[in-house]
Amino acid sequence: MDYTLLILLLPLCSFLFIGLSGTKLKPAVAGIVGTLSLTAVTLLSYYTAYDYFSSQNISGVWQTLTPYNLTWLHVGEKLHIDLGILLDPISVLMLVVISTVSLMVHIYSMGYMKGEKGFQRYYAFLSLFTFSMLGLVLATNIFQMYIFWELVGVSSYLLIGFYYTKPAAVAASKKAFIVTRFADFFFLIGILVLSYFTQTFDFEALLTGDGSILSGAMGSTFIGASALTWAMALIFIGAAGKSAMFPLHIWLPDAMEGPTPVSALIHAATMVVAGVYLVARMFPIYIGFTPEVLQGIAYVGAFTAMFAAVIAIVQTDIKRVLAFSTISQIGFMMVALGVSTSMQLAEHEHGGLGYMASMFHLFTHAMFKSLLFLGAGSIIHAVHSNEMADMGGLRKYMPITHITFLIACLAIAGIPPFSGFVSKDEIMTAAYGFGTGMGIWMTITAGLTAFYMFRLYYRIFWNKEYEVHGGHLPHESPRSMTFPLMFLALLTLVGGFIPFGKFVTADHTQYTIHLDTTIAIVSVVVALAAIGLATLLYRKENDQPARLAVRVEGLYKAAYHRFYIDEVYQFITRKIIFNGISRPFAWFDRHVIDGAINGLGWITLRTSEAVKGFQSGNVQWYAWVFLFATLLITFLTIIFTH
Amino acid sequence: MTQQIIFSILAIAIALFSVLAVTSKRIIRSAIYLLFVLLATAGLFLMLNYHFLFAVQVTVYAGGIMVLFIMAIFLTHKPGKIMERRTNLKLILSMLLSSGGLVLCGYIILRNVTRTYNYLKVSEMNMQDIGHAMMGTGKYQFLLPFEAISLLLLTCIIGAIMIARKEKNIETNDNKDLDHQ
Amino acid sequence: MGELIVNTSGGAPIPLTAYLIVSLIMFFAGIYGFFTRKNLILILISIELILNSVDINFAAFNRYLFPDRMEGLFYALFVIAISACETAVAIAIVINVYRKFGNTEVDNIQQMKN
Repeated sequence: MDYTLLILLLPLCSFLFIGLSGTKLKPAVAGIVGTLSLTAVTLLSYYTAYDYFSSQNISGVWQTLTPYNLTWLHVGEKLHIDLGILLDPISVLMLVVISTVSLMVHIYSMGYMKGEKGFQRYYAFLSLFTFSMLGLVLATNIFQMYIFWELVGVSSYLLIGFYYTKPAAVAASKKAFIVTRFADFFFLIGILVLSYFTQTFDFEALLTGDGSILSGAMGSTFIGASALTWAMALIFIGAAGKSAMFPLHIWLPDAMEGPTPVSALIHAATMVVAGVYLVARMFPIYIGFTPEVLQGIAYVGAFTAMFAAVIAIVQTDIKRVLAFSTISQIGFMMVALGVSTSMQLAEHEHGGLGYMASMFHLFTHAMFKSLLFLGAGSIIHAVHSNEMADMGGLRKYMPITHITFLIACLAIAGIPPFSGFVSKDEIMTAAYGFGTGMGIWMTITAGLTAFYMFRLYYRIFWNKEYEVHGGHLPHESPRSMTFPLMFLALLTLVGGFIPFGKFVTADHTQYTIHLDTTIAIVSVVVALAAIGLATLLYRKENDQPARLAVRVEGLYKAAYHRFYIDEVYQFITRKIIFNGISRPFAWFDRHVIDGAINGLGWITLRTSEAVKGFQSGNVQWYAWVFLFATLLITFLTIIFTH
Repeated sequence: MTQQIIFSILAIAIALFSVLAVTSKRIIRSAIYLLFVLLATAGLFLMLNYHFLFAVQVTVYAGGIMVLFIMAIFLTHKPGKIMERRTNLKLILSMLLSSGGLVLCGYIILRNVTRTYNYLKVSEMNMQDIGHAMMGTGKYQFLLPFEAISLLLLTCIIGAIMIARKEKNIETNDNKDLDHQ
Repeated sequence: MGELIVNTSGGAPIPLTAYLIVSLIMFFAGIYGFFTRKNLILILISIELILNSVDINFAAFNRYLFPDRMEGLFYALFVIAISACETAVAIAIVINVYRKFGNTEVDNIQQMKN
């Protein structure tokens, strides 16, 4: 499996090549180079998946391979940071997901970003991002994962702030970077705590085996919880930042300021699921030793899912709707992980169902969410606006976009036989297995999901007749943009039929998915009801939604303003942190530290001024000094010779 | 006994007048006090039985140099003008240093001059011996310094005249006027 | 007060240290005047005091310690002569300073300042 190194190297090389050549390359050339490199990566990933899943099954258990694991840095006597490639079911899965979506985005961007200034820079950053994300999922040890985690954050910053002349974009990129960086601070502390006790970063050492390596961490306690609990909770905070869990979700809606293909790649399919991936990677420790943290994860995920869904219902910018939808769906994934009770997933033991369901949903969500974003990009490209008010009746003008978008909406709503149905159903089953309350909560959220997605669909493609702005009618997007849409729609259609349980489970055994009929029927009914409600309200233009909004005006306004969470953050940072902490520090730095240095300079100046007087040109003064010195020497001679 | 009385008078005069010379407010008074000091010093020389030195002191120092000083004073000052004194840091420093030096040197003298000596009552020095010593070229004889000093005196005379003469005016203006006409 | 000079025969009427103390006082008065006075001529007067005290020193030592020798006498003689020359040149300079500045303050001649 040595060829897997190419999967990492190719995007890096294309990043360096395109990045360094910059504007010397013609835009089309840069695009083609990037796309070709990604095509190669995708083919290699598919081949890796084929190779791995066809050969690495030994007595029913998928093996973990490490084709490369090079020691990079020694820290202390036993700790060392490695760089390497780890292949196991979830990392191979992520390889497939990342490379497919990235390739689609590359092809799509050839059409979408045509004529944009900085085209080459865009493709360079796309390659950088792909490289970082691939490195993250292929990491053999947690520190390597952290390094690539940060790289992914940087790529995201660069891509969100692509339109750097737009202040909103710059602010959004800063916000994304700062919020995720803040979360990563806790992640790092978690890593350090864990590695301090276990003396290793390596995943294989931490996750396999009997867990004796964790005994040190379990033993020491700190404010009532063991060090291991603290470490895993801190690691989760890092995951929550990257995956936009409440209250660290604030950066994701603003990140929509970046180009739409970027949103599709980073903020729908790949980067935001890095947090889910991290929890999945550390799952054996969570399940076996800190199940209380896992429960916390479930609650956070559940709250986030409902919270984001409520906000999504009232947003009018189509990209914001999709952003909150992403937050909600990732909440689903976190819930699925959180409700697991064991690693085992067999015919009679369903404790590990949540893990499998989460990974399955990650896969299908990547497909249909990136399809939704690319479709939105196609719409925005045609209509030159993000707002729903500027759209309506577009089904006549953009048939391909319309059909693919509909397929994606049906998938996310959970209508069989689309892929979303199967994965979401598994999550529901796991949630009901945890507790009925959780199950009902998630079902309601799923209903809300269906509702707002179809609200979005109808507002764009039906509702009212399109008002022509600026003289020209919208037209379907070019082939470079519609091809990825069709490809992803195809995957969404057939994805549900993949026997996922045979490939990805928590304990690497194989499991056949079967549907729990009761739960399936309940969720389908809820989804259909929600779709029906949306059709009633939005298919034809009417004032029912407006009247409903007035009835719940307070709630409507709060949801529209995303429940004022951003304002709370602003308040805390401006009033409390800036005024309370930063200002005194700045004062201290300016007056005390700078003052000390300036004081040194001042002292030197004053001393030299004073000493200057010695050369006064005054003969009497010279004579005085002369005599003084002579008498002094005489005096000293007397003292020291008696 | 008489010697001691005379010595005390002379010593007190010297001490008093030298301090007054450096602290008085009027410059003429300083010069006069210096004159008294010089005369008292001459008296001391006499007590030491150095008659020649006494004579030289009176004629050269008290007679020549003092006259020179007084002439210079009259050339450069309005008579009777009060000299202002320094009142600042320099005064205090100088005072401190002088008194400190005084104490130090006094201590050295009083502690260290312990050599025994014979005080021989000798008569006054013979002028011929002095003359021979001055003009002789043997060991302990001072012809060379004598000639050197005469040369020095010559240099001083020339130097003083050079420094102190008025600068001549160059009369180019008159020549130009004549040419133009 | 330490040991005074001990004389062994005849007894000197006036001890050597007395002469030395007198010259010491004159010396430091001259030094004080040199440092303190602003007028150039007064500085010259102070220098005269210093030179004079040195004369007394030479003469006294010569008389008391080496009565049969004449070096001290001659040195004192030459000091007087040299002091005369130096005074003459100094007065010439003072005249020049007076012509340039109108007064004979020592602060005028500070061109070596800093």
